[in-house]
Amino acid sequence: MAEFLQLVFSGLTIGAVYALVALGFTLVYNASDVINFAQGDFVMIGGMGTVFLMAAGLSLPVAAMIAIVAAVLVGLLLHRLAIEPARGASPVSLIMITIGASIFIKGVAQLVFDKQFHSLPAFSGTAPIAIGGATILPQSFWVIGGMFCVVAGLWLFLEKTLIGKAVLATAANRLAARLVGINVTVVLALAFGLSAAIGAVGGILVTPITLTRYDVGTLFALKGFAAAMVGGMGNPIGAVVGGLLIGLMEAFGAGYLSSTYKDAVAFVAILVVLLVMPQGLFGRRAVERV
Amino acid sequence: MLTVDGLTSAYGRIEVLHAVSLDVAAGEIVALVGSNGAGKTTLLRTLSGVQPASGGRIVFEGEEIQRLPAHARVVRGISQSPEGRQVFGPLSVEDNLRLGAFRRNDGTVNSRLDAVYTMFPVLSERRRTAASSLSGGQQQMLAIGRALMAQPKLLLLDEPSLGLAPLLVDQILEAVVDLKRKGITVLLVEQNASAALAIADRGYVLEVGRIVHEGNGQALLQDPKVRAAYLGV
Ligand SMILES: Nc1ncnc2c1ncn2[C@@H]1O[C@H](COP(=O)(O)OP(=O)(O)O)[C@@H](O)[C@H]1O
Ligand SMILES: [Mg+2]
Repeated sequence: MAEFLQLVFSGLTIGAVYALVALGFTLVYNASDVINFAQGDFVMIGGMGTVFLMAAGLSLPVAAMIAIVAAVLVGLLLHRLAIEPARGASPVSLIMITIGASIFIKGVAQLVFDKQFHSLPAFSGTAPIAIGGATILPQSFWVIGGMFCVVAGLWLFLEKTLIGKAVLATAANRLAARLVGINVTVVLALAFGLSAAIGAVGGILVTPITLTRYDVGTLFALKGFAAAMVGGMGNPIGAVVGGLLIGLMEAFGAGYLSSTYKDAVAFVAILVVLLVMPQGLFGRRAVERV
Repeated sequence: MLTVDGLTSAYGRIEVLHAVSLDVAAGEIVALVGSNGAGKTTLLRTLSGVQPASGGRIVFEGEEIQRLPAHARVVRGISQSPEGRQVFGPLSVEDNLRLGAFRRNDGTVNSRLDAVYTMFPVLSERRRTAASSLSGGQQQMLAIGRALMAQPKLLLLDEPSLGLAPLLVDQILEAVVDLKRKGITVLLVEQNASAALAIADRGYVLEVGRIVHEGNGQALLQDPKVRAAYLGV
């Protein structure tokens, strides 16, 4: 029982980060139909940016803020320089473009940062907290709590502000969005910027637990993508549930089978979803297109 | 108010509007009729800026607007209720309407919202409902209401009667006449030519991308050629 609980804790922790990455996928997919495989690299920029800014003498909150802003800028540039010029290209071409962008970001990260693994100090100590015979690190609360804060913030933004509703409207019907005067280019840029910020937050929160390096984005992207697929691409609740599920399956796979196959869980999940329930658990967002 | 001069528009290499010219004066209802595929929707899309013009000019209140992006045209006072309604399905009726005021989100939004609800009381009853679960007629009212929320000077209506029961068609057309009384200029596109021309001050007949007849509404209704081609008489 204690072991089971232990696996649940670690699964939920890493799953919360996958959920954030999956939310990023969801946001961009809904606004633009683009599946942005550079999504994981925002996680890396958040973590690595904070590490290097702290090494330069900044405090954690300041470093984290700047790292998030940097990720947002990268997200906006990605949209402006790679996605916007290819407007109207096929989905496959757009996916290729984001994969290319991801490779490019990793290359630049290698130069700007380095090729070593790095960590951040835990935000509020490392004394494990005992719950039901298992222990949980305080940082896990930061990660899971942070994820829920992001979800709540995103929900408030989308449901309670006119600009947030404009994002939903653009996702629902792009032609009608243009006809009411929504500048859909701005909405897409906003989606890229927001998804970058969300990814970066995940990276900052999880780096004290998992370490970071210039290339950690690849696995985060794949697992976040798997999470989004499991939940139903385009469905924000599905993204969160899918992320937590992938995290749990990974933890149980590593705990009860072998940690060698930990990373295979996400791939198996993608395959199973594609074969058995292509709509994901919660169904794809119902798309009304012209 | 609106002068369209030699406007052409194409999908890829296929030109579907060939040098279309027409005028709409302030306060008028102008009907644009023509059979399926004539280019009526393309013309309205080009006027709204969601479809590029490949030639010609669109002059609105003295300003050339054919190069302006769609949102800038909404700001200038042109709004459209598109063919097929195109409501924001997952969003509530009220959110749809508020988004109609995206470019005029000022202190008067709530009074305009009330005006739309007064005009179409059924929308008020269903204000929290997802737009996708409205009936076709209600969605049409929503699409018109959403366009009105932008406080347009010129309202473009694309086939507002399409697929509606006759009683609803009458209700929608009455609403259009009512809008004219309130000072809104209307460019009304219809396949249902007799109904549209009956309420229009003037009309144009579009045939495969060209204006082939124009005149006042009653005159077009009486014109033997128009009657033969479009009124099935
Ligand atoms: N998105 C499109 N791509 C290519 N051709 C189109 C498109 N939309 C309409 N057309 C063509 O343009 C012509 C005019 O269509 P449309 O403007 O919809 O006519 P109407 O509204 O009068 O029925 C038709 O021949 C139609 O097949
Ligand atoms: Mg049409």
